[in-house]
Amino acid sequence: MRLLTHNMLSSNIKGVTNGFPLLIEVEKVVEKQVDFNEDFLRNMFAKIEWKALVKASRTMGYTELPENSEASMLNSDEFLRKFHHALLELHLEEGALVCPETGRKFPVNKGIPNMLLHEDEV
Amino acid sequence: MTSRPELQAPPEIFYNDDEARKYTSSSRIIDIQAKLSERAVELLALPNDDVPRLLLDIGCGSGLSGETLSENGHQWIGLDISQSMLDVALEREVEGDLVLGDMGQGLGLRPGVIDGAISISAVQWLCNADKSSHEPRIRLKAFFGSLYRCLGRGARAVLQVYPENLAQRELILGFAMRAGFSGGIVVDFPHSTKRRKEYLVLTCGPPSSAAPRGKGEDGESCSDEDSSGDEDNQSVCISDRHRPRKKQRLNKKMKGREWVLKKKEQMRRKGNAVPADTKYTARKRKARF
Ligand SMILES: C[S@@+](CC[C@H](N)C(=O)[O-])C[C@H]1O[C@@H](n2cnc3c(N)ncnc32)[C@H](O)[C@@H]1O
Repeated sequence: MRLLTHNMLSSNIKGVTNGFPLLIEVEKVVEKQVDFNEDFLRNMFAKIEWKALVKASRTMGYTELPENSEASMLNSDEFLRKFHHALLELHLEEGALVCPETGRKFPVNKGIPNMLLHEDEV
Repeated sequence: MTSRPELQAPPEIFYNDDEARKYTSSSRIIDIQAKLSERAVELLALPNDDVPRLLLDIGCGSGLSGETLSENGHQWIGLDISQSMLDVALEREVEGDLVLGDMGQGLGLRPGVIDGAISISAVQWLCNADKSSHEPRIRLKAFFGSLYRCLGRGARAVLQVYPENLAQRELILGFAMRAGFSGGIVVDFPHSTKRRKEYLVLTCGPPSSAAPRGKGEDGESCSDEDSSGDEDNQSVCISDRHRPRKKQRLNKKMKGREWVLKKKEQMRRKGNAVPADTKYTARKRKARF
């Protein structure tokens, strides 16, 4: 799972009012190279919760993203490269996502988060 | 004849390791799913600007449908309830991210962030109650409600479905409309029992344009030529639902004099030698004849 997906996922447990962002527990991170596409990054930028992306990437061991961001930064190639790397090339391979409200853990195995809810959570 | 997989077992049980492998190694299935996915992408009607979008593949299985999204240059997140299917997707090194989840529990995604969604041959599963705690209506409501929320305004969801009957089709469409979607069902090749495929084409918010037309709607080339193979495969089980209905209809129609007269007229128009119509035409024969 990439941070792109992490930035979209939120805890869906019944009664939880703010399930975003899920905390990340890291056991293993892998990096995979992805073709750089500026257009995609520009299209995504407005939808990304920046603070969550910065925090998640730090948890994953990547510290290059600036604390704050604004649209004008999209003119910088350096910024785009970092954004690209954090968003698309870092994979949480093993670990867990944790609901910020309830602490419920969603295990991540082989890069796949298990978001299945128990019956009493639906 | 195999019955509908939906009636055999819950999806996470039906799509076990064996079935997941069988499913993904059949060139026939690969071909059909690719065609359905291509058509779904076409119906998504994304802006023609070469910008990759963030799409959702609901019931992504082993990634056959997602692969079409990658080929079209998009990023995608695939959701499926079957670990076995997702394992095959991993083996096949699909480019999208995979999530193990149940669409009937609602999609846990932030509002307004997804550019479009497809689902190929999956949503009809929601119509079955696989556990005592399952109530199809509640699950359909959760699914469509959450789908509507996570899509950006004006974004589309194209869901190719195999409803078991009219009631199921209306149930599914009804919940889509109640969630706030506009749109409807596009039927490709409606006159062909084998090639007939239906897609719910849903738009988040007011419709951006008129509903697209189905292929072969006006009877153009639906000769079933691409379905020469057997149709009794469980994964693409449309035959079981259509054959009995077709038979009944034919039996009824074939008996009448009107039908015979019409057929004879057709043959004449084609230039065949056809006996003249008389009072004996299509008359019932006595048993001893
Ligand atoms: C016929 S397969 C299609 C897979 C893929 N879309 C393709 O085109 O090859 C249907 C898939 O829907 C999945 N499915 C069924 N019910 C589901 C649910 N409630 N939530 C998520 N996935 C589900 C099944 O596990 C299966 O992988």
